[in-house]
Amino acid sequence: MSTTTERGVENHAHHRAIDKAQYGMAGFLLLAGGWVLVDAVGLEDGFADQPVQPYTLPYVVGAGLVLLGVLLGIATARGDRPEAEEGEDIDLTQGTDLRTVGLLAAVLVANIALIDVLGWAITGALLFAGAAAVLGSRTWVRDIAVGAALSVGSFYGFYVGLGIPIPAGILDGVL
Amino acid sequence: MDLLLDGFATALTPENLLFAAIGVLLGTAVGVLPGIGPAMTLALLLPVTYSVGADSAIIMFAGIYYGGMYGGSTTSILLNTPGESSSVITAIEGNKMAKAGRAAQALATAAIGSFVAGSIATVLLWIVTPQVADLVVTLGSPSYFALMVLALFAVTAVLGSSRLRGFVALFLGLAIGLVGTSTGQARLTFGDPLLADGIDIVVVAVAIFAIGEALWVAAHLRRKPLEIIPVGQPWMSKQDWKRSWKPWLRGTAYGFPFGALPAGGAELPTFLSYATEKKLSKHPEEFGKGAIEGVAGPEAANNASAAGTLVPLLALGLPTTATAAIILVALQGYGFQTGPTLMDQHPELVWALLASLFVANALLLLINLPLAPLWAKLLRIPRPYLYAGILFFASLGAYSVNFQAFDLALLLVLGVLGFTMRRFGIPVLPLIIGVILGPKLEEQLTTALKISQGDVTTLWSEPVAVAVYAVMGLLLLAMAVTGLRAPKDESPEATSEEKELVER
Repeated sequence: MSTTTERGVENHAHHRAIDKAQYGMAGFLLLAGGWVLVDAVGLEDGFADQPVQPYTLPYVVGAGLVLLGVLLGIATARGDRPEAEEGEDIDLTQGTDLRTVGLLAAVLVANIALIDVLGWAITGALLFAGAAAVLGSRTWVRDIAVGAALSVGSFYGFYVGLGIPIPAGILDGVL
Repeated sequence: MDLLLDGFATALTPENLLFAAIGVLLGTAVGVLPGIGPAMTLALLLPVTYSVGADSAIIMFAGIYYGGMYGGSTTSILLNTPGESSSVITAIEGNKMAKAGRAAQALATAAIGSFVAGSIATVLLWIVTPQVADLVVTLGSPSYFALMVLALFAVTAVLGSSRLRGFVALFLGLAIGLVGTSTGQARLTFGDPLLADGIDIVVVAVAIFAIGEALWVAAHLRRKPLEIIPVGQPWMSKQDWKRSWKPWLRGTAYGFPFGALPAGGAELPTFLSYATEKKLSKHPEEFGKGAIEGVAGPEAANNASAAGTLVPLLALGLPTTATAAIILVALQGYGFQTGPTLMDQHPELVWALLASLFVANALLLLINLPLAPLWAKLLRIPRPYLYAGILFFASLGAYSVNFQAFDLALLLVLGVLGFTMRRFGIPVLPLIIGVILGPKLEEQLTTALKISQGDVTTLWSEPVAVAVYAVMGLLLLAMAVTGLRAPKDESPEATSEEKELVER
């Protein structure tokens, strides 16, 4: 008797803890669906030979996203919890380390901002070294060396092996 | 038959053999890295194949495909956790075997079993694919439209644990597929001419698979390194062979048909194979402690099912697994119109692929068995380098599509979406399939309605279409019935629990 009760309490706790962040996901779906619908309203009738209007599918998709957002919101309120993805290097017992994710995103943004000016051969190396540092590597010199080897190597790999010149940026003429 | 021989003639030229060998090596090396499954391996290596000519690229790609699959199972056996759902079962017994000091035998039965299953399944492909394709070309747009809807529906609703989340992924994918000016008007482009051609599917795939995964792992990186089991040269004793060969064949028999169905997937056949082997085994007591049958059967089923998914892919242009989705992207990247006409218009290409699958499979066994100890060393790669490397190659892959910084920005945005999806347990496969099939769905619908001059009833005017909708209706009904039953079972329990709590 006592065991069943205990299990019941456990189930209860499990069911009642609401994953509030999931409301955010539901909200995102509403927004995305809303945007698809607004965009669809702005579309005009297609040509005479277009039996499927350009806005037909957007209306379906937008409405679907809105509906799913509402359903996910309801499911969340009723205690539905997501099964986060597992993997070889993943330890789900700890909380989500958003700082690392933010820093990695910053490294990627820096790459986007600099690639046209500096070229892949430089930003690629910085991308690798920066990401490795964020992920806990403490050997700066080696990280940059490995990154440079990868980026310059991939530059020449594409150029020599595949015949595709990657834009060289600031190193134009040097590489 | 002539076509098959031509295919082999293409695949066996020294140059193409070299490409196949490079593909196998690259595929295994990347696939064996922890956190990288076959689909991500293919997505990351796709740009490499782009500029070596369609024949060679396809052959190299077949090598990468089998190499990536084999690398994935090596990881699951030597590390404790599987990289993806299809190798969950392999990991159960395989890792137990490895811990009991039988890693070499586990790897051997997985590799040889994959070879056996892959070979048989490839021969089945040679027989089945042309017949299905012959059948399919006689179908009209309405039937083809119905089949696409079925594939989308099946991938979304039948596979995966949460249907709601499956549909969330599907509709996000369909929305991404809307972007562009394919209908003559700019849809969801935010007025940006760079989005006029739509979002390149390579960027979507690399972002969702690689960037999303790397960010997700980074947020949960295991601080304590996993225990890695040392491995010597894979080999099997006579006893092991005796216990393995029947499970290989039975696994193949389960895997291929499931893979070939439009609602395919490797989870179900690997699970069925495991259950069967457990029942038929003379050593049932070993199951759960490292039974070789429990590795041999599911691994064969996994490989046979992967080959089976090529039937709907090549004959219909319908991908049903993440890996198949990337293969479709690759074929489109090489400039081929995928769909029911592929086999008619490019028989030489399809047969070169089918022949090179066989070649790649054989090369895999020759190259990888001796190299297994080396591959196992790759598991020790420092994690900062591994995930920094994934970000590096993902960025390179996305950048190489057009050499625009804009694609890298898209990559980041979609990568964050991939991260969020992993956080909320939303499967990525329906999204990718939605992006690929969404535009095709619209195209087929347009073709069908053009022929009927706008009469909507044309959609159910063909017997095949009617049959497909009937199947979908049955699936829906079955889902509704189980869905209705489940809450009923739960709710009385919940109320009684509440009562108990109150009474206490």
